[in-house]
Amino acid sequence: MTVPRFWREIPQRYNLQASKCGACDAIHYPPRTVCPECRRASIGNLEEVKLSGRGTVLESTRVHKAAPGYEAQVPYTLALIQTEEGPVITGQVVDHDGRAVSAGDDVRAVFRRLGEDGDAGVIYYGTKWVLA
Amino acid sequence: MTGRTAYVVGAAHTPFGEAWDKSYRHLMTDAGLAAIQDAGVQGEDIDEVFVGTMSTGKLVGQEHVASLLLDGAGLADQHLPATRIEAAGASGGLAFRQGVQAIRSGAADVVVVGGLEKMTDVSDADQAAVTASGIDQEWEHFFGATDAALHALIAKRHMARYGTTREQLAAVAVKNHAHGARNPLAQFRRPITEETVLRAPPVAEPLGMFDCAPTSDGAACVVLCSDAVVDSYGGKAVQVSGSGQASDTLSLSDRADLTSWRATEHAARRAYQEAGVSVADVDVAEVHDAYTITELLAVEDLGFVKKGEGGPATVEGRTGDGGDVVVNPSGGLKARGHPVGATGIAQVCELTWHLRGTASDRQVKDARIGVAHNTGGTGATAVVHVLEGVQ
Ligand SMILES: [Zn+2]
Repeated sequence: MTVPRFWREIPQRYNLQASKCGACDAIHYPPRTVCPECRRASIGNLEEVKLSGRGTVLESTRVHKAAPGYEAQVPYTLALIQTEEGPVITGQVVDHDGRAVSAGDDVRAVFRRLGEDGDAGVIYYGTKWVLA
Repeated sequence: MTGRTAYVVGAAHTPFGEAWDKSYRHLMTDAGLAAIQDAGVQGEDIDEVFVGTMSTGKLVGQEHVASLLLDGAGLADQHLPATRIEAAGASGGLAFRQGVQAIRSGAADVVVVGGLEKMTDVSDADQAAVTASGIDQEWEHFFGATDAALHALIAKRHMARYGTTREQLAAVAVKNHAHGARNPLAQFRRPITEETVLRAPPVAEPLGMFDCAPTSDGAACVVLCSDAVVDSYGGKAVQVSGSGQASDTLSLSDRADLTSWRATEHAARRAYQEAGVSVADVDVAEVHDAYTITELLAVEDLGFVKKGEGGPATVEGRTGDGGDVVVNPSGGLKARGHPVGATGIAQVCELTWHLRGTASDRQVKDARIGVAHNTGGTGATAVVHVLEGVQ
């Protein structure tokens, strides 16, 4: 099964739903079922939290050979985003109109169409980032 | 190390590149028969078989390949245990380690380990999907990441942190193409210039086409045996004196430090410790240069140079011909080619030839200790082996 076909069953992917460990307060995205620091002590002790969608660019690259489904967007900017809550997220920085994206730039999350499944024609959505 | 020791007694790989006239099973049979012949083993001597391959299902529509390949070699009637191993780019290295462990445990005296991939005669989309299946599908690839893009992020971080330059990255490709020019089995056998690398079409900045290993067809095979039977296989044995494997987060985003691959560090530490060698003893190494930046990470994380000095060391020739440690005399993944599952086994083949002193005009002089380093994805799996010549 390809990723697009099961995206709807994973709301965390498009609404930045993270997990918070009740033992150490660490926040993880994507959400975890076990905290890697507390392990056993965290089981059954994780709560859902929503990330603010604010972060900064940790590092970025201009992608010229696209991931499948992204061909029409090249060149596009892919970045590691350091969220203000702690987790680092991989995603596209869009709508920067030729302005260079640099490490340290402030960004915020936006909800966007990511593409569609070639066979089933199902449109799927997720998080992208814009300069704040 | 106590207990039983594993030796490589046979090694062979097919020419890497485009092999459109050969089917998947023919490639493996070619390499397998050549390795068995090199070792001088008979079919009935073999106790167990492992094969490393990443993506036969996606690329040729076939899973369940271990039995199929054994059958192709005419050995189905031996009813041997045959197992396929997968760990993206590290599939071959992990299969080799399984063979070593089967011998060390006493379960087997003679083991054949193959690795292969047939990648060039499928669509670009299928190739891209396979390369990307070694990174996190749900949380990286789905959001637009490619394997090359993640390596580009690592390269930019390395440049920002250590002052590594674009030209230093290019020097890795120039060196490995120069090495590949002397390897008759390499996919690319022509030297290139820095200008060629810098002017190549961009893939993910700062990496261009010549910073990336090609897609390739090819198969490689080695024969391993135990100390109990090694004397009956002549004087060509190379000892496997250390074996280490380690893992890390699949997603690059979960790493505290992008510029070191902890899995490589841990695998290397375990392998050196087992072999009782120090890094200064290493004469020759085959490392996983899927991208130019990954060779810099490898030579640093394996301890050949100080952290951050991979770029200058490459430019100064410390990892080239006549250097402190000759890195990728085969041409590496970059020039020998990268039929994914075959790569980890081809590395062992290359080291075996150098440690036997039979690597012809690319022979590393007086090579006594070699290191093979094979990784998957952005370093979520790493496997390191120490091999020593037996004289
Ligand atoms: Zn915790």
